[in-house]
Amino acid sequence: MAKKPNVKKKVAKKPATKKKAVKVAKSTPRRAPKKAIKGPGDKVLLELHLKMVRIRRFEETAGRLMEDGKIPGALHLYVGQEAIAAGVMQHLSNEDWITSTHRGHGHLVAKGGEFKPMYAELFGRSTGYCGGKGGSMHISNMKLGMLGANGIVGGGPPIAMGAAFSNKFKKNKNVSIAFFGDGASNEGSIHEAANMAALYKLPCVFLCENNGYGEYTRQSKHQAIVDVADRASGYGMPGVVCDGMDVMAVYEAAGEAIDRARAGDGPTLLECKTYRYYDHVGIRGMGLNYRTDEEVAEWRKKDPIESFEKRLVQLGVMTQKKIDNVYASVDKQVEEAVEFANDSPYPNVEDLLDNVYCVKEA
Amino acid sequence: MSEAIKQEPRILPYVLAINEGIAEVLREQEMAFLAGEDVAEAGGVYGYCGGLLAEFGEDRVIDTPISEKGIMGLGVGASATGCRPIIDLMFMDFVGECMDEVANQMAKMRFMFGGGATLPVTVLTMGGAGGNLAAQHSQSLEAWLAHLPGLKVVMPSDAYDAKGMIIAACRDDNPVFVVLNKASLALSMEVPEGAYEVPIGKAIVRREGTDLTIVGIGRMVHEAMAAAEQLKELGLDVEVIDARTVQPFDTETVINSIKKTHRALIVHEAVKFCGIGGEIVAQIQEFAFDYLDAPVMRVGAPFSPVPFSPPLEKAYIPSADSIVAQVKQTLEL
Repeated sequence: MAKKPNVKKKVAKKPATKKKAVKVAKSTPRRAPKKAIKGPGDKVLLELHLKMVRIRRFEETAGRLMEDGKIPGALHLYVGQEAIAAGVMQHLSNEDWITSTHRGHGHLVAKGGEFKPMYAELFGRSTGYCGGKGGSMHISNMKLGMLGANGIVGGGPPIAMGAAFSNKFKKNKNVSIAFFGDGASNEGSIHEAANMAALYKLPCVFLCENNGYGEYTRQSKHQAIVDVADRASGYGMPGVVCDGMDVMAVYEAAGEAIDRARAGDGPTLLECKTYRYYDHVGIRGMGLNYRTDEEVAEWRKKDPIESFEKRLVQLGVMTQKKIDNVYASVDKQVEEAVEFANDSPYPNVEDLLDNVYCVKEA
Repeated sequence: MSEAIKQEPRILPYVLAINEGIAEVLREQEMAFLAGEDVAEAGGVYGYCGGLLAEFGEDRVIDTPISEKGIMGLGVGASATGCRPIIDLMFMDFVGECMDEVANQMAKMRFMFGGGATLPVTVLTMGGAGGNLAAQHSQSLEAWLAHLPGLKVVMPSDAYDAKGMIIAACRDDNPVFVVLNKASLALSMEVPEGAYEVPIGKAIVRREGTDLTIVGIGRMVHEAMAAAEQLKELGLDVEVIDARTVQPFDTETVINSIKKTHRALIVHEAVKFCGIGGEIVAQIQEFAFDYLDAPVMRVGAPFSPVPFSPPLEKAYIPSADSIVAQVKQTLEL
């Protein structure tokens, strides 16, 4: 992609009526500059690293378990996109809300999700976060501020907007993040949610994880724009593009958007360019011929975790031994959690109808 | 309150009863707000939001863009996070614009989350034909909603019920659709001041009888009452039940009535095919088969979109006459 000059944040004032209509809309989002890695302090750097490693190891194991038939149903893996969940969630507390997508495990892990109830949910067990009622596509935890993965592409952003409205109504300083992909950016629900969030100046961030594909259709075949963030000006909010493979770039850009929301200045559309290493579903996927191995290999060279580890070692924040220890510790937790999930009971069939409705105790 | 007002029964039309219901809720629930198209400054296209902006302010009475997905998403997200939204969906026909937010998010979120989320959201919406508003502003789509586990659906037939059901819906901790009726807006009756509830899930016997039970849904209760008068002249003593709620449906009240009358007819304004009437008939044969002396009858709209032209629309909407005709045909009177 041709490097574009940094353009100042552009909030729509008036439509450019003088200009004649052109075939291709001019791309105007601001490019988030590359940030120096030092700045937030070692503690934050280590937490970002740990979040990414936790997501990757959780997902790799989950994918294998699904393909071995241990986990029923379908899993959409987050591997490759870890920098985004880590970089965004680093700024959030349990009081801040997020809505996730069908590719939602990474968001929940980064929001503080524990492996045991997460794997248990994927296994459909009673000890899962949703008691086995939701599974991968609806995994959620309200106490962690996680308003659910969502099986409907574009389902989350109107809900995130509603949660942001709630925060404003309660006059607190909490924010709400709507995660969605480039594929979902073509859903009308996002258009309506973005317009309302901007209109009411809601403490909300529309966070587009552009992984280049809507399911099996590449971006150039599903929209005529390159940057989803271009659409921000149409809502009267800033649009920012950042490198979603660089956790520090995400951390900085998300921090700015979240600070803006907390300050009461309204929503931002932040687009993070990223890539999905595995298929739309699972690891091996369905063998559909829609992208090349070379393309995947090219993106893997920019791996968000490997590149971050290199920089951490160069900066003396971590040693290879310390990094190895992180993996060993996370892998042990994964192993224990899988065992816990596998040993957990299935939900009682008699409880199937529980929570269709909220029933008040007499 | 002056003595003069105390002595006179307070007669209110359906439209003002809706207004009072919303106002009572906004007074008693600090986390409640009303959001919808044209509800604040304009007071609602049917006027039932009049005065609410002045009393409760712009933080709690909120004009929205014409964005049903957004409005319904607002209701889902805000209710799941501690508010008690009242969402105004101007016409029931517009539910198609936000069916994902209704069917896949609002109705299912609590279940999918294993009970983790509670959604105390009320949706007010205007259904029914009779205003020559044609095929996209006249439908009765309650069966779409009643088919979705997780939603409650009430259909107040008169002013008293409209106010009491809005209050009951807003006090409920589940998503509740209050399906209002545009042809009933001027119907007036005594409506008490202050807050009261009409319980969700309970039908009511509007007229007692011994020979035939007519179950009316929404405005059709009034047609059923008129039909009962006509049928009296034919020697039939008709019991009329107002279903009040279609989800959860009060099967018990209907079955108890049929055990007495041994005959039943269901009437609703929605298209007959796959309407709520079909479900009620199924329940009757399941629970009261041995008590029946005649086939259970259904009266509903024909399988057609709602027509515009006044004589066509009049012919389309079920009426006392069409109920009587169906009874005569089935019972060979």
